[in-house]
Parts: sequence; C-alpha cells; structure tokens
Amino acid sequence: MAETLEKEITKKKSESILSKRRKRFVIDPLNDDNPITIQVLGICSALAVTTQLKPTLVMALSVTFVMIFSSLFTSLLRNLIPTRVRIIVQLAIIASFVILVNEVLHAYAFDVYKQLSVFVGLIITNCIVMGRLEAFAMGNKPYDSVLDAFGSAMGYSWIIIAVAFFRELLGSGKLFGFEVFSAIGWSNFPTNGLMVSPVGAFIILGLIIWVQRAKSGYVEQH
Amino acid sequence: MQRSNTYVILFSLVLTIILGGLLSLASEGLRPAQKKAEEFAKKRQILSAVLDIQQIPDIVSTYNSRISSYIVDANGQTVEQTGPTGNPLRAEDLDIEKEFKKAPDQRLYPVYKFHAEGSPDDTEAYILALYGKGLWNDIWGYVALEPDMNTVAGIVFDHKGETAGLGARITEKEIQERYKGKKIFDAGGEIISVNMLKGENNKPASIDDHNINGMSGATITAKGVNYMMIDYLNCYLPLIESLKKGESGAVSMLNTKN
Repeated sequence: MAETLEKEITKKKSESILSKRRKRFVIDPLNDDNPITIQVLGICSALAVTTQLKPTLVMALSVTFVMIFSSLFTSLLRNLIPTRVRIIVQLAIIASFVILVNEVLHAYAFDVYKQLSVFVGLIITNCIVMGRLEAFAMGNKPYDSVLDAFGSAMGYSWIIIAVAFFRELLGSGKLFGFEVFSAIGWSNFPTNGLMVSPVGAFIILGLIIWVQRAKSGYVEQH
Repeated sequence: MQRSNTYVILFSLVLTIILGGLLSLASEGLRPAQKKAEEFAKKRQILSAVLDIQQIPDIVSTYNSRISSYIVDANGQTVEQTGPTGNPLRAEDLDIEKEFKKAPDQRLYPVYKFHAEGSPDDTEAYILALYGKGLWNDIWGYVALEPDMNTVAGIVFDHKGETAGLGARITEKEIQERYKGKKIFDAGGEIISVNMLKGENNKPASIDDHNINGMSGATITAKGVNYMMIDYLNCYLPLIESLKKGESGAVSMLNTKN
C-alpha cells in the first residue's frame, strides 16, 4: 500500500510542465468545452461589453487576471477553507481581485473604465470564474488550477473578441476606433445599427455556436 | 471536511481582515493616479467644447495656457471659497453632480474662460457646465458661448447610461456639431436655448437658429438634453447678462475711440 502511494507521488512529480493532461486544461475550453458557446456561461458580459474591440480586450484581460489569481489563491487555501463557508470565501477572493482590477483601471485607463462601468464589477458574478473555482480549484493543485483558469479565460476571451470584431466592424465600420471602410475607399459603408445593440451580439454568438457545432457534431443532451 | 464553528469564524475573520487590508492599501495607493486621470478627462472634455482635441498634442499644457476658470453663484457673482483641503476651491474641483442636487440658487457654477494663448483678456469663449437627466441616468456637458454670449461656439455632452447607438449618440461629434453657431436668445432678447427636435430628418424649414435635428430613437434623451440646456442657461443667466453688457460696453468704448 505504502509502496504504491509512493510510486504515485514520484510519478506525479515527474509529470512534465505541459503534459498531455495539462494541455487539455488549456485547450478544451477553447473549443470543445467553451464556457460561452458550450456551457453558455458569461453571456451577460458577452452581450454588454462587445460593441467595440478596445473595451472588450480590456474586459478579456481583466477576466483572465481575476480567474488566474482567484484560482491560484483558492487552490493554495483549498485545504484550509471550511466546506460550509466555501462559496462565500470564493466570492470574497474573486471580489477582492475584481475591485483591484477596477481600481487599477480607474487610475490608468480612465476612458475604458468609464466605458466598461459596472461590467468590471460584474465579473464577480460571472459564472465562469466561480464555476472554475468550485469545480476545479477547490480540488486541485495550484499549478493545475492556474492552467485550468487560463484555459477557461482564453475560451471566454476569444469568443468576446470575435463578437466585438464583427460588431465594431459592421456596426460602426471601425476596428479599434480606426475607420476601416473609409481607409479602403468605401466611405459610404452602410453601418448596421442592429450590431451596436445587444441583438447584434446574440446573432453573432448564435452564428459562432452554429459553426462550432456543425464542425464538432456536438448535440445537446435531452 | 467538517470543522468546528470556532475555526469557521476565525478563518472568515482572518480572511476578511487580510483581503480588506490589501484592498484599502491598493485604494489608498492608487488614489493620486485616479484623481489625476479624472482631472485629465475633465480638462479634455472642457477643451473639446471649443477645440478639436485630436489636434492637441498636450492637453494639460494647452488647458493651462488657454483656460482660466472661476466660480460664480446663482446671482452671477464671483465666489471665492476654500475647498475641503484648505486651498482655495478651483472651478475644476467643483463636483457638478453634487451641485446639481442642491437647489438652483444654492449651487456654485464653474465658468471656464477660453482665451488666446498668454493673453487672458482676449476671451474667445465662455464655457459653462451643464447637468441633467437623460433617459436612464445622468447626462452632463459643457456649452461654449462666444463673447456675444448668444452664439454657441461649441458643445460637448457625456452620459452615464444612455442606450448605446441611440441616446449615447449625444457624445458623437456629428450631433454636437449641430449646435455650432446656433443662438440661445431670440430676437426679443428672451432666453430660449437651442432645442433638439424629434427625429433625424426634419424639414429644412423647421431647422433654424434655435432648432436642430434630433436623434431617431432617442427622443427622451433629446428632451433631457433640451431641459438640461435651458435649465442651466437660466441658472447662468445673471452671469450671461452681465457679461453681455460688459461686452457691449467694451464695443461701444471701442467705437467712441474711433
């Protein structure tokens, strides 16, 4: 018994920094287990902040920061956190990092801070963050938890950036505020007001999910 | 793992103290930078009422060399007050949102005088603050009046939560440009402000010195803007009247010299 336990420990220690198992933590949420398109979490902010690329990028970075650090801390504390109050402890950790991000944006990126307004604060309630803490960081080692958080954050980020790309391009004819269509000599490009409203995000999100599921053959279980 | 109640309470207490301490430390440490960012945004907004800020390389130095500010009360009299830090209260430090919540005759009003570089007497425009309610939340802005205190030299709006693509369009240059050159007084000298009409494609006949095209789908925001304009212009009226007289006085003096 003792021998097998020891063997397991040495085996775990020798696992490479990016073993196949660990790569899956990062790669799975990008596509096959995407938090937005498959798990359908974090839709609120995916609709709200994606009218322009710049705030979307800041939002993606903020969520990535909050996810990685709250996963790291929860994982470090996982054997100390009392089970009965674990949810509120996770919330406290997430909220602290979110407030930190909010304060830093307030100081160094005031324009974006104003544009994102309440949505940075609402990262606290983003189900993706707490979902990963509860489902993964509470039961896994810090390094694995950080990888898992990074994967989910990237899965979230690439979707909202893709949505914002099309919404800003078709809704305002711009990318990062740069007038794309006038630059290529198409100055009377008919911008689509629908894309600026949340409806546009729904449509693009729906199209992304369609393409993704057509490729992967994923079907909802009933 | 079941833990004793004492452990749970102690754990929560320690965690709260650590997280709370870290956050207050961060908040304190970042406050100067936040203040600076807010003031920069305010100065840029004030300048954008009269200048194309895309063309200005250094906003702070332009602001310092071309804007001189003071505070007036509801009677248009210059007010000198000490601020919360003990230093004299600057117009830039005035919290217009807080002032807005007071009764109009209790409020303090900032005045930003835009002048040629290095010559404070050569006034090009007076920039006045505006504050009001849009559809969802507060809206505010700055209106610049030419020295005749009648012609709008420029205007800038901002908002807290108007609908993106509809009411939020008040922040767009295209909408703000419509105010340029309009008059706030009618022929009889009554203040009537500049009104945004309902809808975007009004008949050319209905567009005149006091009426401009509105925004489709944002009639209530436009109404808020109209109300805010006339409301604040009325609050500033004593100052506007006295500057108007002063200006015509200066003109008649010039005439007698000739």
